[in-house]
Amino acid sequence: MAKILVFVEHSNGKIKRSAFELLTAAKKSGATVTSVAVGAGSDTLSAELSKYGSSECLFVKSADFNLYNPELFTGALADVIKKTGANIVLASASGLGKDLFPRVAARLGAGIISDATELSINGEDVVVKKPVYSGKAFAKMGFEPSAIKIVLMRANQLPIAEAAGSTQSTEFSPSQVGLKTLIKEVVKGTSEKLDLTEANIIVSGGRGLKDAANFKLVTDLADVLGATAGASRAIVDAGWVSHGMQVGQTGKTVAPSLYIAIGISGAIQHLAGMSGSKVIVAINNDPNAPIFQKATYGIVGDAFEVVPKLIEEFKKVLHH
Amino acid sequence: MKIFVCIKQVPDTETKIKVAADGASIDSTSVKWVMNPYDEYAVEEAVKLREANAGAQVFVMTVGPKKRAGEVLRTAIAMGADEGVLIDSPENIEPFVTAQALAAAIKTEGGASLILTGKLAIDDNASSVGQMVAELLGIPHSTVVSKIQYTAEHITAERDIEGGAKEISQMTNPALIGANKGLNMPRYASLPGIMKAKKKVLKELDLAGLGVAAAGKTKVLSLELPADKPPAKLLQGDSSAQSAELVKLLRDEAKVL
Ligand SMILES: Cc1cc2nc3c(=O)[nH]c(=O)nc-3n(C[C@H](O)[C@H](O)[C@H](O)COP(=O)(O)OP(=O)(O)OC[C@H]3O[C@@H](n4cnc5c(N)ncnc54)[C@H](O)[C@@H]3O)c2cc1C
Repeated sequence: MAKILVFVEHSNGKIKRSAFELLTAAKKSGATVTSVAVGAGSDTLSAELSKYGSSECLFVKSADFNLYNPELFTGALADVIKKTGANIVLASASGLGKDLFPRVAARLGAGIISDATELSINGEDVVVKKPVYSGKAFAKMGFEPSAIKIVLMRANQLPIAEAAGSTQSTEFSPSQVGLKTLIKEVVKGTSEKLDLTEANIIVSGGRGLKDAANFKLVTDLADVLGATAGASRAIVDAGWVSHGMQVGQTGKTVAPSLYIAIGISGAIQHLAGMSGSKVIVAINNDPNAPIFQKATYGIVGDAFEVVPKLIEEFKKVLHH
Repeated sequence: MKIFVCIKQVPDTETKIKVAADGASIDSTSVKWVMNPYDEYAVEEAVKLREANAGAQVFVMTVGPKKRAGEVLRTAIAMGADEGVLIDSPENIEPFVTAQALAAAIKTEGGASLILTGKLAIDDNASSVGQMVAELLGIPHSTVVSKIQYTAEHITAERDIEGGAKEISQMTNPALIGANKGLNMPRYASLPGIMKAKKKVLKELDLAGLGVAAAGKTKVLSLELPADKPPAKLLQGDSSAQSAELVKLLRDEAKVL
């Protein structure tokens, strides 16, 4: 019988949606599902997690865990996996997940597949699908049967459904070892919005906007939609916006429900980062722009004319 | 000071991907191979550190099939790396096998003062090898790094995380750094660099010689190409009509609002 451990990401007790997605998938397989969370607020999560089928939440409350330290977290997660005897571990393919779990896998000699977009768990058998070659192909992957199987799932890929669980909450004290890493500080970003990798709606702008000041069209539309703003590399390299906003092969990989590309040509390196979006809207004045080949809906037109009209129309339906 | 840079040869992003007869790997006959883009930042940073630290040496290493992978080492040597180590392996081995080979080879070569890699390889998109090498060598790591400061005892790294935030850590040397875009501007190879790289004798190792088994814990069951998307629905009329129609479609047809 599979024992699944779900690593729950949260900030000060606010659980990320991705954790509920993982719990739902784990619970649906019929396995026993245990959650693990660390840092401030991790002792308060079990009630909410139980609604999605978690039967116990192990937490590490020590203040050392308020900031991410790869060595410290590796020791703790390896300990928890051993202690629970979990043979399947699910975590988010977030910045933290992708940094931490390969190291955990190496410590335990476990198998790991990161950046999965589909997941099926059948007893102890786990099969995932993930984009490879910059999104130009998908690999269906499995594990050696005897291995501990670690899967890092991209956010927004799996449904959420409530299921019976238990609110049991148990403190866990990992063994401490000499650390060679000191986390000095975390410098906050400027944006209060959801990160691009977690956003449900993204509005991105490119060189078609002609000038840095015109990026306001993108942020205005994003504000109306409660969306996160993104960018092509052309305008990141031109210094209009920061690198954290770049979508694509050398930027972020995103998979929102809705991606609106304004004045972006759709170079292969940009598509590599956003072709997993459910619905893609392209606004471009060149009917031959490659972005239209990936788009669900296209408006061939001048962004400076279309976007203000679009903002008006969205306002009509979204704020009655 | 001995700097190791672990790099990978990957298909150029522009290359058309075709599935091979085995159904689980790519047909590599017409693939154009290049250095993984993030590895270029790692090589550049190593060469810059070598230039700033007299007596330092840059070793580039790759794990890959001998019949093609040496080329990526020559590209790095043309950019300014000193020595190249080619670890022969079958195609498509998993990250943990690669990491075991790299860690063993770094030990064989006398250990590192600093190890640099790219934050991920754009072919298998695993972002795993660097952290695994660090674990196997028992050294600290930081990935997705866009700035470092190196001193004799410590390395300070700025790691890019969600929301434009940065985690700043100080690690005791030796450490492993996974390079992100923004770390530097990779240089082009110079003509003398290219000449030097052509003549360079690469050191050759292989998995068996390093005591590493090629079989891993994961396997690719099949490789599929994405289904063709139906053509985009182009909205007609003037910009007002187009906008109204789009909002209606997003709400009623796509149901994403
Ligand atoms: C190794 C490597 C990695 C890369 N990584 C990335 C990456 O991660 N992300 C990324 O985005 N790019 C990346 N690139 C760059 C990529 O190849 C393109 O150069 C870039 O995406 C182009 O940005 P753009 O679409 O904004 O600009 P352009 O290609 O210049 O397109 C501008 C578009 O705006 C349209 N336009 C002009 N005026 C208007 C108007 N008034 N109204 C509406 N539309 C208008 C034009 O028709 C055109 O289609 C990478 C390149 C390399 C070599």
